[in-house]
Amino acid sequence: QNDGYRTLSLSGHVGFGSLPDQLVKKSIKQGFCFNILCIGETGSGKSTLINSLFNTNFDDPASTHFLPNVRLRAQTYELRESNVLLKLTIVNTVGFGDQINKEDSYQPIVDYIDAQFEAYLQEELKIKRSLFTYHDTRIHVCLYFISPTGHSVKSLDLLTMKSLDSKVNIIPIIGKADSISKTELQKFKNKIMSELVSNGVQIYQFPTDDETVSKINTIMNGHLPFAVVGSTEEVKIGNKMVRARQYPWGIVQVENENHCDFVKLREMLICTNMEDLREQTHARHYELYRRCRLEEMGFRDIGPENKPVSLQEAYEAKRHEFYLELQRKEEEMRQQFVQRVKEKETILKEAEQQVQTKFEHHMLMHQEVKLKLEKKKKVLEDEIAMFIEKKANAELLQSQASVSTPVVSLKRDKDRK
Amino acid sequence: QFSDSAGYVGFANLPNQVHRKSVKKGFEFTLMVVGESGLGKSTLINSLFLTDLYPERYIPGAAEKIERTVQIEASTVEIEERGVKLRLTVVDTPGYGDAINSQDCFKTIIQYIDNQFERYLHDESGLNRRHIIDNRVHCCFYFISPFGHGLKPLDVEFMKALHGKVNIVPVIAKADTLTLKERERLKRRVLDEISEHGIRIYQLPDADSDEDEEFKEQTRVLKASFTPNLFIPFAVIGSNQLIEVKGKKIRGRLYPWGVVEVENPEHNDFLKLRTMLVTHMQDLQEVTQDLHYENFRSERLKRTGKPVEEEVVDKDRILQQKEAELRRMQEMIAQMQAQMRMKPGDD
Repeated sequence: QNDGYRTLSLSGHVGFGSLPDQLVKKSIKQGFCFNILCIGETGSGKSTLINSLFNTNFDDPASTHFLPNVRLRAQTYELRESNVLLKLTIVNTVGFGDQINKEDSYQPIVDYIDAQFEAYLQEELKIKRSLFTYHDTRIHVCLYFISPTGHSVKSLDLLTMKSLDSKVNIIPIIGKADSISKTELQKFKNKIMSELVSNGVQIYQFPTDDETVSKINTIMNGHLPFAVVGSTEEVKIGNKMVRARQYPWGIVQVENENHCDFVKLREMLICTNMEDLREQTHARHYELYRRCRLEEMGFRDIGPENKPVSLQEAYEAKRHEFYLELQRKEEEMRQQFVQRVKEKETILKEAEQQVQTKFEHHMLMHQEVKLKLEKKKKVLEDEIAMFIEKKANAELLQSQASVSTPVVSLKRDKDRK
Repeated sequence: QFSDSAGYVGFANLPNQVHRKSVKKGFEFTLMVVGESGLGKSTLINSLFLTDLYPERYIPGAAEKIERTVQIEASTVEIEERGVKLRLTVVDTPGYGDAINSQDCFKTIIQYIDNQFERYLHDESGLNRRHIIDNRVHCCFYFISPFGHGLKPLDVEFMKALHGKVNIVPVIAKADTLTLKERERLKRRVLDEISEHGIRIYQLPDADSDEDEEFKEQTRVLKASFTPNLFIPFAVIGSNQLIEVKGKKIRGRLYPWGVVEVENPEHNDFLKLRTMLVTHMQDLQEVTQDLHYENFRSERLKRTGKPVEEEVVDKDRILQQKEAELRRMQEMIAQMQAQMRMKPGDD
C-alpha cells in the first residue's frame, strides 16, 4: 500500500504495538452482541442445534404445524465464557413452511430484518444519540435449514433465500442430517450449491483475505452446506458423556467429525468468523439498506448541477421544505378555522334574531292579555261598587220598615231567610 | 350349526376349485403413492416389490418446482411368484406439495380416482361385461414427513378429501431419522390428529379375535407382532442397495455409525408393512368395491346425468305412485260419505 506516504523505520521501541490489545480490552469490557436468525420448517431441528452449539438449554417449546401464518420469535440471553460476555439473541421462525399457500411466507422475515435496520438508522439519525449504549438488534447471521430430502432445495427455500441474500449473511445448513448416507450427502450438497449458484443466490463466504484464517476458511467454504445433527440428550461413550442420538443400529455423536459437520459449523460460526459476520452486517448489508432508505427519503449525494451535496445541506434543505410545508398547512388550518367561526357566528346571529322576534311577539301578546284583564277588572269593580250601593240602600229601607213592626219576629224571619 | 354329511358329497373341494380358477385368472392390484418430494416413496416401492419401478426418473430443480402442477404417472408391471401372476399398477403423483401454493394439489388426484370409478361404472353398466378391467385404486399409501412433529395442514386436507374414495394407509418413511422414543411419539401424535379431524383410514381386520382371554394374555407379546393395527402408521426404511452384514448380503443403509437393515423388525416396520399389504390385498380390493365404489356409484346415479332407461323407469314409478295415491283418496272419500249417511240414522 503506497499512497504516497514515506515508510519510516523505528530505531527503538515506541509502544503503539499494544493498540490491538487496548481495543480488545475495551471490547471485552463492553461485551459482545450477536444476533442469529434461524429459518426452517417446523421440526427441522433449529432449537436443538442452537442448544447444542451454545451448550445450554434455551427454553424453546416445540410449536404446532397448524399456525395460519409465519411469525418470528426473538429471545435474548447473556452468556459468559472465560471473561467474555456475550449478549446473544436467537430469532426463530414459527410456522414456516406449514401453510398450504406459502406465497407470503417469507415476507414477515424480510420485514423483521428491515425493521432492525430501520431502528438502527433512526438511532443514527437522531440529533442526540447514544450509539455506544444502543442494543444492536440487527441480524448478523441467518442459518437457513434445508430439509434432508436428498433431492435439492424446495421452492420455498429458493424464494426465501433470494429475497434475503442482499440483506443478511446466509449460511445454509442441512438439518437432521443423520438420515443421509455419506455417498448421498456429497451428491446432495453438490446439487444444492449448484442450484443456489444457477439461481443467483448469494450466500455468505468465509473470508479468505486474512492469511491466518484463509486456508481453513477456503476448505470450509467447500464443505457448505453443513450437514448437522443436534441433540439435547447425552450418551455414555467410553467414560465420557457426549451429546448423541441413540438408535438400535448405532449411536450418532454430534461432535464426531465423521458423523456430521457440527464441529465445522461451530468452528466457523463462533470461533473464527463471528466478528467478520458482524462487520459484514454493518459495513455491507446495513449500508445498502441505509443508502436505499435515504434515497427513498429524497437525499442525494450529488446535487442538481452534479455538485456533491453534503448530508448536512440536504438535511437543511429538507428541513426548510418541511418548515414551509408546515407553515402552509398551518395557514390553511387557520383559514379553515376562521371560516368555520364565521359560519357559526352567522348561524348564531340568525338564531338570536329568531329568539328576539319571538320575544317581542310574546311581549305584545302579554300586553294585550294584560289590557283585557284590566278591563275586566274595572268592570268587576264597578259591579261590586254598584252591589255595595244597592246593599246599603236595601239595609236602609229595612231598618226604616222595622220601626212599625215587632222587631224580633221580623229579624228572625230575616235571619231565617 | 352344520353337521358333517353322512356320506361323501364332494363340495369340500370347492376352495381348491376357487384357488385353481384364481391362479388361472391372475390378480390385479393398483397402489397409489402420495407424498411430498424427497420422503422416500420411490425407494420404498422398489424395496416392497423387490424391483426397479423407476429406472429413468427426472427430478426437477427448485426453480421449476415453484409453479409445478401434480402429474399422475401410472406404471403397470407383471410379477409372478409360485405360479401366481399379479398385475401391479403403481400410480405415482410427482409434484404433490412442490408448488409454492399447494391449494389445488390434490384435485388432479381426486379426478384420477373418480375417472377410474367412472370407467368401471360404465363398463359394469354395459351390455358386454366379459372383460372388465379393474383399474380402480385399491390402496393409497400416504407419506407423512418424519422430520415434523405430526400431520401438516396439507396432510389433513388431503386425507379428509380422499378418505371416502380410497383406502388410506399412512406411512412414515425415512424412519431412520427417528429414535425409537421419537417414533412412538410421532405415531401417537399422528393417530391423535387423525381421530381429532375425523379422518377414516383403512382399518385392518384383527387376526385371531375369537380366542379366549387367558390365551390372549399369554400370547400378548406374540400377538402384538401379528396385530398390524397397533403399528399404524408404519415407520419404514427403504433401500435400493445391498450391504454385506455378517457374511450375508442384505438390503440396508450404510452409515459411519452403523448399518440400518430394512428387513430387521427391530430397526423398522418394513416387514410388517409388506406382510400387511400382501395378506390384505384381497380385503383392500373388497373394501374398495363394497364401500368406496358403491358410494361413488350411488352419488353418481343420484345426479342428473342418469342413463336414459333409469329416467323412464322413474316416470313409470311416479305414475304408479300417483295412481295409488288417487285410489287412496277415493277410498277415503267413500268412507266419509258412508259415515255421513249413517249419521242421521244414529241421531
